[in-house]
Amino acid sequence: MFHAILQISLLCVSISMLGLVYRVIKGPSAPDRVVALDAMGINLIAIIALVSMLLNTPAYLDAILLLGILSFIGTVAFSKFLEKGEIIENDRDL
Amino acid sequence: MSLLHWAILSPFIAALFIPMLYKRFRKIHTGWFVLVLSILLFIYFFMFLSQTRDGRNVSESLAWMPSLDINFEVYIDGLGLLFSLLITGIGALVVLYSIFYLNKDKEKLNNFYVYLLLFMGSMLGIVLSDNLIVLYMFWEFTSFSSFLLIGYWYQRERSRYGAQKSMLITVFGGLSMLGGFVLLSYIGDTFSIRELVSQNGELITHPLFTPALLLVLLGAFTKSAQFPFHIWLPDAMEAPTPVSAYLHSATMVKAGIYLVARLSPVFAESALWLWLIASVGIVTLFWGSFSAVKQTDLKGILAFSTISQLGMIMSLLGLGAAAIHYESMDEDIYVAATVAAVFHLINHATFKGSLFMAAGIIDHETGTRDIHKLGGLMNLMPITFTITIIGAFSMAGLPPFNGFLSKEMFLASMVSVTEMDLFNMENWGVLFPVLAWVGSIFTFVYSMIIVFKTFTGKYQPEKLKKKPHEAPIGMLIPPVILASLVIIFGLFPNLLSSTIIEPAVAAIQPGAVHVDIAHWHGFRVELGMTIGVIILGVLFYLTLAKWQNIYQLFPAKLSFNRLYDALLTGMERISLAVTRLFMSGFIRTYLVYIFLFFIISLGYTLFRKNALTIDMKNTAPIGIYELVLAGIITIAAIAILFAKSRLTSIILLGAVGYTVSIFFVLFRAPDLALTQLVIETISVALFLLCFYHLPKISRKEERLAFKLNNALISIGVGVIVALIALSSHSSKYFDAISKYYVENAYKEAGGENIVNVILVDFRGLDTMFEITVLGIAAIGIFAIIKLRLTRGKEEG
Repeated sequence: MFHAILQISLLCVSISMLGLVYRVIKGPSAPDRVVALDAMGINLIAIIALVSMLLNTPAYLDAILLLGILSFIGTVAFSKFLEKGEIIENDRDL
Repeated sequence: MSLLHWAILSPFIAALFIPMLYKRFRKIHTGWFVLVLSILLFIYFFMFLSQTRDGRNVSESLAWMPSLDINFEVYIDGLGLLFSLLITGIGALVVLYSIFYLNKDKEKLNNFYVYLLLFMGSMLGIVLSDNLIVLYMFWEFTSFSSFLLIGYWYQRERSRYGAQKSMLITVFGGLSMLGGFVLLSYIGDTFSIRELVSQNGELITHPLFTPALLLVLLGAFTKSAQFPFHIWLPDAMEAPTPVSAYLHSATMVKAGIYLVARLSPVFAESALWLWLIASVGIVTLFWGSFSAVKQTDLKGILAFSTISQLGMIMSLLGLGAAAIHYESMDEDIYVAATVAAVFHLINHATFKGSLFMAAGIIDHETGTRDIHKLGGLMNLMPITFTITIIGAFSMAGLPPFNGFLSKEMFLASMVSVTEMDLFNMENWGVLFPVLAWVGSIFTFVYSMIIVFKTFTGKYQPEKLKKKPHEAPIGMLIPPVILASLVIIFGLFPNLLSSTIIEPAVAAIQPGAVHVDIAHWHGFRVELGMTIGVIILGVLFYLTLAKWQNIYQLFPAKLSFNRLYDALLTGMERISLAVTRLFMSGFIRTYLVYIFLFFIISLGYTLFRKNALTIDMKNTAPIGIYELVLAGIITIAAIAILFAKSRLTSIILLGAVGYTVSIFFVLFRAPDLALTQLVIETISVALFLLCFYHLPKISRKEERLAFKLNNALISIGVGVIVALIALSSHSSKYFDAISKYYVENAYKEAGGENIVNVILVDFRGLDTMFEITVLGIAAIGIFAIIKLRLTRGKEEG
C-alpha cells in the first residue's frame, strides 16, 4: 500500500517535471525558464526524497539538503544575472 | 685496437685539433699540419705493399657492437690497399696544392681542413671496412663531408645549390644501399663481406637476391655519378679546385666503383649484375663524353670527362664479371677487362688529378675558366701547359702515356664482348664496342679542346681579370708529380702490374692472375680502333665550329638537370597542394576527420571480427522511473540542438545535468549525485559567464544551421558507440572484482562508505592526480586571466 502511494506520488512529480521541462524549452522569456528551473529543483528534491523512501535508505538526505541550497543559489544567481548582467560585482576594479 | 684502426681514425682525431692549430699558429698555413699526416699515412699504407703482393692479407677486428654482429673490422687486400694508396697519396698532393691555392688570410682554413680530413678518414674507412654497416657509416660520412666541401664558399648561391643537389642524390643512393646491405646480410646471415663472398654460390638462389643487387647498385651508381645520376657531379664543380681534384676525380666518385669491385664476387653469378653494370657504364661513357664537348667551363669539361671515364671503368668491371662463367676454359679475356678497369682506375686518378690542378692554376692565374676567354697561354704558362698536354693526351688515349694502355685494353675488352655467348650477348653485344668507340672519339675531341683552346690561339688579355703568369712553384709540384706518374706508368706499366694490379684483381676475381701489360700487342682490332679514334677525332676537332650547333637544338630538351629541377619543384608543389587540401585550418574539418576515422575504424573492426552481439540475458528490468527520466533527458538533449538562443541551450544543458544526478540517485550512487549537483551548478554558472562575455557582433541569436554531413557523422558516432556498448555488455567474460571491496571496505580500511574508501584508500593514487589536475586547472585559469603579456606591452 505504502509502496503504491510512493509510486503514484513519484509519477505525479514526474508529470509535473515534464510540464516544467516543457516550460523550460518553450520559454518564452528567460525569467519563465528560470522560474521553471527553480521549480524543477524543488521537484527534484521531492523525487529524491520519494526515491530514497522507495529504496529504503537515508543516504540521499545530504543530496536533498544540497539541492535545496543549490536551487536557491542558482535561482538567485540567475536573477542577478538577468537583472544586472553579472553575477559577482567587482566594484573595486584593480 | 690495432695501429691500423688508429690509422683510419687518425684523420678524424686530427680534425679535432685543426681549429686549435689554426687559432694557435696563425702564421703557419694550416695545410702543412694536414700534409704531414697524409704523408705519414701514405708511407704507412705503402709498407703493406709487400704483404698484399704475396697474398698475405691483413685483417684486424675491433669490437664495436658485438651483440649486433657489427664490428669495426679492417681488412687489407690488394683492392683496399690500392684505394688507400690513392686516397692518401693524392690526398697528400691535394693538400700540398691547397696550401698554395687557398689564401691563408682570406679563407676559413680551419673549416676546409676539418672537412677534408673528415673526408679522408671516411674514405679510408670505406675501402678498408669488411663490415657492411661500418662501410655504410663511412659512406654517409663521405656524403656529408663532400656536401660541406662543395658548399665551402657558402655565400655563393651556386655552391649551395650544388651541395644540396649532390647531397640529395648521394644520400638517396646511400639509403638504397643500406637497404641492399640489410637484405644481403639477411640472406647471408652476416655483415662481413668476406663471409658473404665465401658463400656466393648459395646467395643467388634466394628470392631477395635481386632486390639486394638492385639496391646496392643504386648506391654505387649514384655515388659514382653513373647515368642518369651523373647530374650532381658537374654542379659539384662549385667547390674549390683542390676539392674537385680530390673528391670528384680521384676518390669519392670511385667509392661506387670500389663497391662494385668489392661485391663483384658476391653478385657476379647474376646475369643482371653483368648486364646492368656493363650497359649503364657504357651509356655513361658515351653520354659523358658527348656532353663534355659542349661545355665551355674547364672544370665543366673535366666533370663530364670524369663521368665518362667512370662509366668506362664501370663497364669494364661489368664485363669482368663474365669471367666467373668461364672458369673451366682457358679464356681470360674477361679477366683482362677487370685488369683494364683497375689499371684505368689508377691512370684516371693520376691524369685527372693533374688536369684539375692545372685547371685550378689557370683559374687562379687568369681569373677565369671559360675557354672562350682563354687562349694563347702557352708561352706564359709553359709548365702548366706541359702538365695539361700530358694529362689530356693520356686521357685521349695517346701513346706513350698510361691512358693509351688502358684505352687499348678497354677497347680490346669491348671487342671481346662480341664473342661472349651467354645472356643474349650475341644480339646486343655489338653495341658495346660501337658505343665505346664513339665515346672514345668524343673523349679525344674534348681532350684536344682542353689543351688547344686554352693554350694556343689568340691571347686575349683584355678579357682576363688578372695578368696571367706562371703559378708559384708549390702549386706546380703536385701536378708535376702526377704528370710524371702518368709518364712513368705509361712507359713502365709493369711497375704496377705485379705490385698493385695483380692483388687488386685477385680481390675482385678470386683465383690466380698474371698481369703483363705490354705496349705492343701486334696488329689487333683495338689498334685499328685507336688509329680510327685519332684520325676521326682530329677531323672532328678541326670541324668543331661547323657541327657544334647540334648541341644547341638537342641536349637542352634531353637535360636531366631539368628533370631534376622539375622533380624538386614539382614535389614541393604537390606536397604543398596536398597539405593545403586537408589542412584547412578549421577545427571543424579536423573533427570531421577524427570522427570519420573513429566511425570507419571501429565499425570495420566491429563487423570484421563479428563482435556485434546483442544479448539481453543479463539486463535488469526497466522501471517506470528510468523511462520517465530517460524521456526527460532525451527531450532536453534534442531540444539543445534546436534551441534558438544560447541562453536556452545553457539552461537545457543544466536540465540534462540535473537529470543525470537523478539517475545517480535512482541507481543508488549518493556521492555521485551530490557531486554532480554541485558541479552542474558551477558549470552552468561558468557557461553563463562565458555567454555574457561574448562579443556583441558575433552574438547572433539564431538556430544552428543544419548540415547533412555533420548530422550523418554525429548519428554515426552515436550508433557506433551504442553498438559497442551493447556488444561489450553482452560479452562479459569475468565477474566484477567489486565483491572484494564490499567485503573488505570495513575490515581492511575501516570505512563503511565504499566509494570513499576506494577513492582515498584502495585507489588513492588516482585521487591524488585528480587533485593535481584540479590544481593545474586552477593555476591555469589564474595564469590566463592575470598574465596578459600583450596587453601589458600595449600599456607599457
